[in-house]
Amino acid sequence: MANDPIHQFQLNKLIPLDIGGTDISFTNSSLFMVVTVAATAAFLIWATSGRGLIPSRTQSLAEMSYEFVASMLRDGAGSEGMKFFPMVFSLFMFILVANLFGMFPYFFTVTSHIIVTFALSMLVIGTVVVYGFYKNGIGFLKLFVPSGIPAVLMPLVIMIEVISFISRPISLSVRLFANMLAGHITLKVFAGFVVSLSGLGAAGIGIAILPLIMTVALTGLEFLVAFLQAYVFAVLTCMYLNDALHPSH
Amino acid sequence: MKNNNEKDLADKNRKERLAALEAKLASSRQTDLIKNMPKTGKPGFGNALKMSSEFISAILVGAGIGYLIDSLTGTRPWAMIVMLLLGFVAGVINVLRSSGEMADPYQRGWAAAKGDKKDQKPTDKGRDDLYDDEDE
Repeated sequence: MANDPIHQFQLNKLIPLDIGGTDISFTNSSLFMVVTVAATAAFLIWATSGRGLIPSRTQSLAEMSYEFVASMLRDGAGSEGMKFFPMVFSLFMFILVANLFGMFPYFFTVTSHIIVTFALSMLVIGTVVVYGFYKNGIGFLKLFVPSGIPAVLMPLVIMIEVISFISRPISLSVRLFANMLAGHITLKVFAGFVVSLSGLGAAGIGIAILPLIMTVALTGLEFLVAFLQAYVFAVLTCMYLNDALHPSH
Repeated sequence: MKNNNEKDLADKNRKERLAALEAKLASSRQTDLIKNMPKTGKPGFGNALKMSSEFISAILVGAGIGYLIDSLTGTRPWAMIVMLLLGFVAGVINVLRSSGEMADPYQRGWAAAKGDKKDQKPTDKGRDDLYDDEDE
């Protein structure tokens, strides 16, 4: 168990619950989701409670995260997209904080399970589809019909566009999940090398320095990936929302 | 009295300085916006994962849709074969699109509708020029 790189992703039921044959137990994953949301909300509420004209250090951190997401959304979906700001901001903060919590030893990484990331991306695509039809009516389907295509090719191109559209939530969720999973496994494997090599005596300890250096470097990389993936997820959310707002011109 | 006058003067002075600072801030914000445009400076590993996930997911979706059609209509292998191939096509298009190789083969409007970053912006007038140099 000590050296099993997959063990860190195991779900444990903390409070077994079963309603109507459906298992809705409170697991360690649920616990860390709750912790993530609580920590994010608590930090933002605490940081902005001062409401200073000249922000304190924590307040400017909260303002920075607001500005960062707001400008991302304005660039990606125009100022009309700002009505989706609460959603994009919540998604970004949740993923970012969950990823960063995952970097603590012995913490569970919520975003390393594909069902979690898939639920998040389905939330995004569901919003895009529902709002797109609500705002543009049937005109939303123009998204799948490129202009200036010969009528003969139309069915083929529409089919391809539809597949391309449906593949979005999948690639969105797989990207986040695969990055977190792969990163944490690599980290664990290299850290495991240090332990097993140093068990080989003096020479082993000498060689163990190499994977140790690698582990340190990978930890830095993982922090970068944790932020980058939250950023990529939010940016793509903005792009897809742009499709819902302006399907075609 | 004199003291008060001095205070007024200082107040006025400060107001002027504040206005000047505000103007400076506004202009620097403008240039910041230009400077801080994402230069698509993603590390190679992230880029690779992004493209491969887009490619693979399109193939999987194509095969999935084909399988669904097959099981609904009973045309066992055919729909899946056709949709798998279309999935490959969609995957290649996804990759070309996200790498910017296929910006707009048909018309500008299409690429804008697809969310190609450099071509959108119907609402933000005057910012279009920011996107001109931002190509991958």
